[in-house]
Amino acid sequence: MATRPADIRPTRGWRLYDPRLAWLLLAPATLLIVCFLILPILVMAVYTFFTFITAGVEQSTPTLANWHEFLTDPYYHGFLFKTLRVGVVTSLICGVVGYFPAYFIWSTEFKHKWLLLLLLIVPFWISFTIRTFSWIHILGEEGLINVALLRLGLIDQPLQMLYTEGAVIMGMVHFLLPYMILNVYVSLENIDRTLISAARSMGCTNAQAFREVTLPLSLPGLAAGLLLCFVLAAGSYVTPQILGSGRDALFGNLIYDTIMGQLNWPMGATLSIVLFLVLGSVAALYTRYMGMSQIVKGLGG
Amino acid sequence: MPDRVTEPSDPRPLAAGVSAGASAGASAAPAVEFNDVQIAYGKFIAVHNFSLSIEKGSFVTLLGPSGCGKTTLLRAVAGLVGISSGQIAIGGRRIDDVPIYKRNIGLVFQNYALFPHKTVFDNVAFGLKYHNVPKADIAPRVARALEMVRLAGSERKLPSQLSGGQQQRIALARAIVFEPEVLLLDEPLSALDANMREEMRVEIKKIQKQTGITAIFVTHDQEEALSMSDRIVVMSAGKAEQIGSPTDVYDRPATTFVADFLGKANLLAATVKDRDAGGVSVTLSTGQTVRVATDRQVAAGDKVSVVVRPQKLAVGSELPNRLSGRVLSTSYLGSRIIYEIDLGQGSIIRANVAVVTEPVREGETIEVGFDPADCVLL
Ligand SMILES: Nc1ncnc2c1ncn2[C@@H]1O[C@H](COP(=O)(O)OP(=O)(O)O)[C@@H](O)[C@H]1O
Ligand SMILES: [Mg+2]
Repeated sequence: MATRPADIRPTRGWRLYDPRLAWLLLAPATLLIVCFLILPILVMAVYTFFTFITAGVEQSTPTLANWHEFLTDPYYHGFLFKTLRVGVVTSLICGVVGYFPAYFIWSTEFKHKWLLLLLLIVPFWISFTIRTFSWIHILGEEGLINVALLRLGLIDQPLQMLYTEGAVIMGMVHFLLPYMILNVYVSLENIDRTLISAARSMGCTNAQAFREVTLPLSLPGLAAGLLLCFVLAAGSYVTPQILGSGRDALFGNLIYDTIMGQLNWPMGATLSIVLFLVLGSVAALYTRYMGMSQIVKGLGG
Repeated sequence: MPDRVTEPSDPRPLAAGVSAGASAGASAAPAVEFNDVQIAYGKFIAVHNFSLSIEKGSFVTLLGPSGCGKTTLLRAVAGLVGISSGQIAIGGRRIDDVPIYKRNIGLVFQNYALFPHKTVFDNVAFGLKYHNVPKADIAPRVARALEMVRLAGSERKLPSQLSGGQQQRIALARAIVFEPEVLLLDEPLSALDANMREEMRVEIKKIQKQTGITAIFVTHDQEEALSMSDRIVVMSAGKAEQIGSPTDVYDRPATTFVADFLGKANLLAATVKDRDAGGVSVTLSTGQTVRVATDRQVAAGDKVSVVVRPQKLAVGSELPNRLSGRVLSTSYLGSRIIYEIDLGQGSIIRANVAVVTEPVREGETIEVGFDPADCVLL
């Protein structure tokens, strides 16, 4: 440290706030990230240049065939666009649907606000897979809605709700909504309420004060929520696997299928890196304009 | 004066007999009038039976310790809290059911409360926009307001690019630009550092004089209150203890609370001995007898308090009322010295005297005196 106070003397070669201590404390996390995140990604990146021979067999002869295939085959582009579309739709629905509960929790005079926030976390106590499976009992042919409508005589054929893109989006909204609500809530909670009083005293109605002050100041939280929901939705694999049909598979399922089904590791690696780059650049764009700290705040509740 | 006068949706005059001027037309009506106002938060009563009439163009300060209900009163004028009984009138019109956005009021907060996402221009123009000022008039009026607070040219800046003092000046410009009927200032100086506070004090007072706006200023700082106000309302626990000019409340405190809160006066418990034409003789709890010039009606045997300011005490034996005791501590301030003196019986006073001779040291006996006219009997 350049500006070390004079009274902090070296003790056995170590100082208070010694930079070496900082590195020591950071080491386990850094090691973990390097070994289990960065290195695997690099290995994957190298794999994209391997040559696929036949299922389960590849050679380390460098080739651009995988990238060429990805860039020229519209089959993959279709998957990519669809994945992005589902991600965008999911995060927009989360944004619109999630803003209101967040605003409600923020503005309520109810004394036990923590209880409302706890209710948001409760779903996380149940396994994500089980929560997703539960939709089968609601949307399925023998599910709650169809049985009810059939009994009421409103329909005579069960509606096809499960294994559609709608079901996939629904399942993901269900899973992602708490993230959105928490993000928006945290940014609302950061708004100084005297700003609203100030706006009101200068002639704003409640609705005008919301438009002038509350909404613009909560936008960073909304944007953080949108990004989080988009990335998680576009990168999802379990939800489309359970609630989607083959047609509704997303990019994640495509990767799974390429690696586990066709045992084509080089192509699977290429697709993985593509998804990584696409989602990474969306996040990077966001960070450029909004700042990443907002997401961290949102996750911290 | 205002661009859009508060809609006279219900121009009920305040109950008769409250103000002499109420019937003589709007111009004579007090700018703000509280009549027996009570404000409660749930079961907790924050303000009790508060009555006050504020003249147009005057500067009134609500002074009191933290939690005594000053902010609550301001918020009631602004319409940010409802009152549970009584009436508040602005310019002779009751405002109980006028919604906040239709009251024509400028508010300045302790923490500035500038909109962080808006430029200085948009902050100042905000009130104009919502008071339906024609678009063409907005820019010149914003410029004039910024000139008044000596921040012309900062239109394009964001609040975060300004210092605390500058932000508070913008907040002031924002509150006066739409020419509200009343300017409410809630401890606007307490977030500033000492030098800035001094400067802003002068500036706020100057702008208030210049614009002739009626101002209600809230503070817990007696110096601010004494230096800025035409009238001071000293408050304690939701009640007005005394209402008067700065010299009234300082020299003639009405209650022991006021005497103690303003300038930490010495309070001496005493019993009335007898009274004559010139005043009253009282016996202090320490046994000494002092004379007090007062026209208060008291009878022998009454329990009273004698209030003497530390500055009114002098060392020496020439003065008629003399107190002697042991010096507990001294603080030497150059031209003056403050003695803490134990008079015995647990009675401790402070004397702030001019340094003329060699200071008396701790532990030694000292004799201080005061004039019968320089104290107050409560
Ligand atoms: N929103 C509120 N709910 C309940 N009590 C409050 C609220 N606001 C203030 N109070 C109480 O009312 C009293 C007066 O508060 P306030 O007007 O803010 O005092 P001051 O501004 O003089 O420091 C305090 O005891 C405070 O605790
Ligand atoms: Mg206050």
